[in-house]
Amino acid sequence: MATTAHDIHAHTHDAHGHDEHHEHHDTFLTKYVFTQDHKMIAKQFLVTGLLWAFIGGAMSGLFRLQLGFPEADLTWLKPLLGGWITEKGKIDQEFYLALVTMHGTIMVFFVLTAGLSGTFSNFLIPLQIGARDMASGFLNMLSYWFFFISSMLMFTSIFISTGPASGGWVIYPPLSALPQAMSGSGLGMTLWLCSMAIFIVSSLLGSINYITTVINLRTVGMSFTKLPLTIWAFFITAIIGVLSFPVLFSAALLLIFDRHFGTSFYLSEIYIGGEALSNVGGSPILFQHLFWFLGHPEVYIVLLPALGITSEIIATNSRKPIFGYKAMIGSMLGIAFLSFIVWAHHMYMSGMNPFLGSIFMFLTLIIAVPSAVKAFNYITTLWRGNIVFTPAMLFSIGLVSLFISGGVTGIHLGNAALDIQLHDTYFVVAHFHLVMGAASFFGMMAGVYHWFPKMYGRMLDEKMGYIHFWFTFVGVYMVFFPMHYIGIAGFPRRYYSWTNFDAFNSFADLNMFISIAALIALAAQLIFAFNFFYSMFRGRLAPLNPWNSNTLEWTTPRFPGHGNWEGAIPYVYRWAYDYSKPGAKEDFIPQTVPLAQTPESNNEHDKHDLEFEKELV
Amino acid sequence: MNSLLLITGGILFIIALALVYRIMLLVQVAKGQAGKTNRVGNSNAINGFLFIAFFVVGFGLIFWYSGRAAENFLPEAASAHGAITDKLFWITTAVVFAVFFLTHVILFFAPFKYRYSEDRKAFWYPHNNKLEVIWTVIPAIVLTILIVSGWKVWSDVMTTAPKDRVEVEIMGKQFNWQVRYAGKDKVIGKYDFRKIDATNSFGMDFVNDKANMDDFTPNEIHIPKGQNVLLKIRARDVLHSVFLPHFRVKMDAVPGMPTSFWFVPTISTAEMRAKLAAEGKPNAEKFDYELACTEICGQGHFAMRLKVIVDEPAEYERWVASQKSFYDLNKEYVDKVVADAAQKEKTVASN
Repeated sequence: MATTAHDIHAHTHDAHGHDEHHEHHDTFLTKYVFTQDHKMIAKQFLVTGLLWAFIGGAMSGLFRLQLGFPEADLTWLKPLLGGWITEKGKIDQEFYLALVTMHGTIMVFFVLTAGLSGTFSNFLIPLQIGARDMASGFLNMLSYWFFFISSMLMFTSIFISTGPASGGWVIYPPLSALPQAMSGSGLGMTLWLCSMAIFIVSSLLGSINYITTVINLRTVGMSFTKLPLTIWAFFITAIIGVLSFPVLFSAALLLIFDRHFGTSFYLSEIYIGGEALSNVGGSPILFQHLFWFLGHPEVYIVLLPALGITSEIIATNSRKPIFGYKAMIGSMLGIAFLSFIVWAHHMYMSGMNPFLGSIFMFLTLIIAVPSAVKAFNYITTLWRGNIVFTPAMLFSIGLVSLFISGGVTGIHLGNAALDIQLHDTYFVVAHFHLVMGAASFFGMMAGVYHWFPKMYGRMLDEKMGYIHFWFTFVGVYMVFFPMHYIGIAGFPRRYYSWTNFDAFNSFADLNMFISIAALIALAAQLIFAFNFFYSMFRGRLAPLNPWNSNTLEWTTPRFPGHGNWEGAIPYVYRWAYDYSKPGAKEDFIPQTVPLAQTPESNNEHDKHDLEFEKELV
Repeated sequence: MNSLLLITGGILFIIALALVYRIMLLVQVAKGQAGKTNRVGNSNAINGFLFIAFFVVGFGLIFWYSGRAAENFLPEAASAHGAITDKLFWITTAVVFAVFFLTHVILFFAPFKYRYSEDRKAFWYPHNNKLEVIWTVIPAIVLTILIVSGWKVWSDVMTTAPKDRVEVEIMGKQFNWQVRYAGKDKVIGKYDFRKIDATNSFGMDFVNDKANMDDFTPNEIHIPKGQNVLLKIRARDVLHSVFLPHFRVKMDAVPGMPTSFWFVPTISTAEMRAKLAAEGKPNAEKFDYELACTEICGQGHFAMRLKVIVDEPAEYERWVASQKSFYDLNKEYVDKVVADAAQKEKTVASN
């Protein structure tokens, strides 16, 4: 009901929306469960995403135990894992692969796609563009509940007797297509595919909504060139999602056909379990192309929202405009476009034509340029700032660091000649965990710390935030930086143990170190969990604009109702980055302050907007 | 031992962090929340400082450990192209490490230097097109140089194998590698996955291709030093990936789509053992080249090892000559397969 499309000519319109709001009464079910309020849906995504993060994180703790302490007796885990711990007190070899697979799937899709993009796109788009809700609150609700069903299916698969999917998060056939190849390729894989198919539906419903909302529901004065970079990032992310997720859907669908209906899209000339299968003519490479056509854009689906959040937080807390606002948008658009034409760099050694490898090598390295521009712009934003270290700011600076340290090794891996040796080694593991996993996770944490006051009307404890950050930041580097060494030494990924090989029979101590660091970093997340849930109910009540920020969400009440603003939707007169503007009294000027009220700080660029503003008023 | 130190160092660092915070908290309490009216408290300076501390300790550890880790890296590349890709790897590493280091100097020192102060206002600096162009163009040029050199190497490595070559067929299956060599006819016989059974694990088609008759299937790979070696790679159940770490060779094994990789081994097993012994590496006399799997293929993925031996060419010839063909070892089986097929053909013909 409160979803009102604004109308430039009808100024009274918003007042009606306000009146209607008071007539509306929420029940528990419509307020917390089947809610159509974008803010509540965002919180649903967040809490679900965080729960998944703990599950996914715990799984990595388990397989790090195996890798760091291969001799350890893990019988004490029997009460939790039952038969997955062997008689000798070791993690079952197939279960190890299942852990790796589920860790990847959960982190990439459920935490960093749904938990990050789902949370902040939902929460911030209407609040920052000045809309009362999403274009369709109903589709938005469906988006969450499809995600919930998808989550339940995946969660169920963890508990079945044959184990969850275990062929790696990329589920390459034929391994994933043939139940006789490994037990996880049975029911576990079926559940994985069903879960992901539903997840894609959820993602598409969300993305379509985000795109429509950003295009149609911006408040008066909020032109595209005045949008905060967060919204640009969510907008571009949604477009990437809409274009790439359907391809994963088709990949999954064809795999379902191969598994259950006897087709041969991906299968050919296979002899397994003592018999020759009848499938001929299919190609496992086809699946890889389809998978990575989503898989690579997915990296940016995960990363761009984090970068958008970071842009906003770094500008706010440096008390400086983001450096190169237009360059930031341009580089995001460039990254978005290029993300669709680099997928085959995951496949240099797959047996595809090497000439294709050459082409993708060039395209891949082009994408490094806009990424570099972004990193430089963040650093310049910090330079000569007046920096306030909120926990959100710390996580944002951490993100920039991880984005660089993980990003530079992309230059190795994008180079097909170097990828011959590095492909599927720990060098790759180090690379993508830093640049995509940790960086995006830091973006998500930054977002939680920054917008928690708006989400729950209360403040998170800062000191705990600092401790959480430093443990996590130090931990992430201690875990993933050493993996470069192991990767250079050629250690392959997804190995249960390396002692079978003389070549890989070293670095046992370093692996132990990584495991210890990982367990400490994981344990530190409990500080956050406590802070999050405690502050939700007991935290200090938040001021209206705790970070002295310019964007629209801070003009709403402490506990904004469905519809966000009690009165009319505010108009927007300036961009989001008027921090420390020369001549201004305060070091920030919110977007809702007309230029006419700030003659002392207006500069030449504002003249045009001032004209426009006069027409508006 | 070194890493034990590293672990201790890491833990101490974390404890130090915790202590700093404890002290910070106590100071805050003692001061009676003096900083309450300001926008920031002591934490601001401490957090800013910690970035510098992190930079110093972090890069210190990297420089200190990198030297030590190198001991455990693979020995020098034992293939012609491997020497080139290794060089390219270290050049790339030097370039990106410089970028990593320099950006982090600013990223970790700027926050402390520009930490919040009531008396200062941030510098209004929304854009500078010249700067943007500079840091678009410079990375673009550096990347182009790296990529073009990488592309040349890649094209050379991936060209069609020269005619003058030794061929080895490598087949991946759950969970081991099997290899097959051509016999005197220098031709590896054709196969058909439908002919695979417990004995004939390659599916050698003895009926339709007599080239199979002298093929042999040893339990380890022998390749001659200094000659072109073509690996003909296939898989019979799921994806596998041939990885010869010492030769910088990798290529997926795909069911239904044979792949290949050719290279020139440059250091024989004996020479490598001598080299490693000279370097004082433990167990140098037992060193062997190895073949590993790098594409997840099931529970035995981590154990798909096969020994690889690089012989001097003459030694290699002797080894080939000493090998018994699959047919010699399985005469009864092959004869029966051929006879059955002839019988079947006869029946079909008489019908």
